Amino acid sequence: MESAPLAAITLGGLQALFDELKNQGYRVVGPVVRDGAIVYDDIGAVSELPRGWKDEQDGGHYRLVRRSNDARFGYAVGPHSWKKYLHPPLQPLWRARREDDRMSVEPERAVPERFAFIGVRACELRAIAVQDRVLLGGAHADLHYQARRNGAFIVALNCSQAGGTCFCVSMNAGPKVDSGFDLALTEIAEGGEPLYIVAAGSEAGRKLLSALPHREAQSQEVAAAAAIVARTAASMGREMQADDVKELLQHNLDHPRWDEVAERCLACGNCTMVCPTCFCTSVQDSSDLAGLEFSRSRRWDSCFTSDFSYIHGGSVRTSTRSRYRQWITHKLASWFDQFGSSGCVGCGRCITWCPVGIDIAEEVRAIRESERPSAAEPSGESAAGGITPVKQR
Amino acid sequence: MATAAGKPRLAVFKFASCDGCQLTLLDCEEQLLSVADALEIAYFPEATRADLKGRYDLALVEGSITTEHDAQRIHEVRRRSRTLITIGACATAGGIQALRNFANVRAYAAAVYAHPEYVRTLATSTAIADHVTVDFELRGCPVNKQQLLEVISAFLIGRRPVTPPHSVCLECKLSGNVCVMVARGTACLGPVTHAGCGALCPAYERGCYGCYGPMETPNSVSLSRRLRAVGLDEQVLKRIYRTFNAAAPAFREESERHGG
Repeated sequence: MESAPLAAITLGGLQALFDELKNQGYRVVGPVVRDGAIVYDDIGAVSELPRGWKDEQDGGHYRLVRRSNDARFGYAVGPHSWKKYLHPPLQPLWRARREDDRMSVEPERAVPERFAFIGVRACELRAIAVQDRVLLGGAHADLHYQARRNGAFIVALNCSQAGGTCFCVSMNAGPKVDSGFDLALTEIAEGGEPLYIVAAGSEAGRKLLSALPHREAQSQEVAAAAAIVARTAASMGREMQADDVKELLQHNLDHPRWDEVAERCLACGNCTMVCPTCFCTSVQDSSDLAGLEFSRSRRWDSCFTSDFSYIHGGSVRTSTRSRYRQWITHKLASWFDQFGSSGCVGCGRCITWCPVGIDIAEEVRAIRESERPSAAEPSGESAAGGITPVKQR
Repeated sequence: MATAAGKPRLAVFKFASCDGCQLTLLDCEEQLLSVADALEIAYFPEATRADLKGRYDLALVEGSITTEHDAQRIHEVRRRSRTLITIGACATAGGIQALRNFANVRAYAAAVYAHPEYVRTLATSTAIADHVTVDFELRGCPVNKQQLLEVISAFLIGRRPVTPPHSVCLECKLSGNVCVMVARGTACLGPVTHAGCGALCPAYERGCYGCYGPMETPNSVSLSRRLRAVGLDEQVLKRIYRTFNAAAPAFREESERHGG
């Protein structure tokens, strides 16, 4: 795709993209400002995009603030992720009805829905790939996920702004999108109306792009777009040394740090809900008052609840220590054994949306530092807050 | 669950309370007829004058124990009831009236009544489970209508009700709410509060008031540390845990950490 010339479109071209997707029967969803954050919702016009906003993020902290230009995508990631569409919070599984002595069971059909996702970041593309592996890659594909995922049209976006809790560079998951998209945009917002440099990543993307008002991108525009992504990569808010984190955690299952983090952890489950790769659900049954109608559904669940690990006789993980350790060691370590990759994409949501600001990168760092010989003191900056500028890749 | 004589017999009892929880049952509107179809309403003073003697298959108990008379009466209710389910913060935690547990109830009575000597009351307000065995507790101030129907439906078919004891945060996230504490710095008890309301207040950009009492594993020490950082002083911290579930052990202990 690098060999194909890149295109350039204006806001008008972006609107034409929305219109064309809608004409083709897609449900277009993208970023909008709501309730003090940038969330994902149905969107019809470019005027609904978050114009001139950026997000200020830190552990347990998120604020929308004005930016100096009119960028529509000048923020990092918000509390929502695309899993709310592909792997929704509540999924009916079957219904049953009793008539006299007969019981009829009707499975919930997988209803294909064609989503067009606007503004999917590199870390989010990686997260979708991780969920693809989990929900489609095994012997038993999740038909509901499949029905939504197959028809999805993905308009990716190279990040022009790293969030305060971002560490995709550490997880080798961004900020430049490299695969898994139909179209990829880079927004150049300096100097008035934004311009979008567009790459096509699929045949469907190429076809759609050819139908939009566009021109070939000039070489200095392509260079400017590359510089934007490079600048984002160089300004990550967090860093995690990830190459040996699996071994590090698996050798430290009894580390005192687990007790220390459990003292702060609320076991509220927010981290797992906002994580774009966390996929766990629980199954619940319901019956009506007359005892005639029954249904089973599954809903997002969290390894931080006691019911989640409840088996006959009680909960396996009774302490918050064991739950936090389960979450982080699954995400960063045993995920490799189970699915062949890390479960973390470095999006930083679990850090930002933890009410008490527990920082996954900081927890890993604390365990790592305790293993180091005392002579190897870290630099002052990283010791202060775990916030270290990352070298440009 | 139908008995030989027909439908299971339902009784609704009131102790010290505001009636809001039992009115939730009358508030079921379209499902109310289904409730009446599925159960024989044997005793429910808010809904019918019928006062049938005998035993009840399902007793819903609202309210807390605040008088010697009620402390005796609840044993009679227990004796007559095959399944006893408490509904609401008063019955499950002592209710707002458990504020007396932190004070001198005689002083309260003297401040309110012209003749406090006529008021015969206990020094404390306590949950029903402190007096008799309770088969299931449904939380909330008031209880959630859907959850009440869920508990009755589950009882009728003999399954465990789905009323998860996790935090309100999960309900916020399931419905796509933006966290008011993280995005606005609004004090919120959601992380330590039992789910069930559907995250009503955060959906309207308010912090959670803790109406459903403590969640299964509340870490209120850590939350209070955070709330102090968003500007709550010791006096306010003490008060936010002392509302409808003031006497629930986890909330009582946390409030006491911020001054007796």
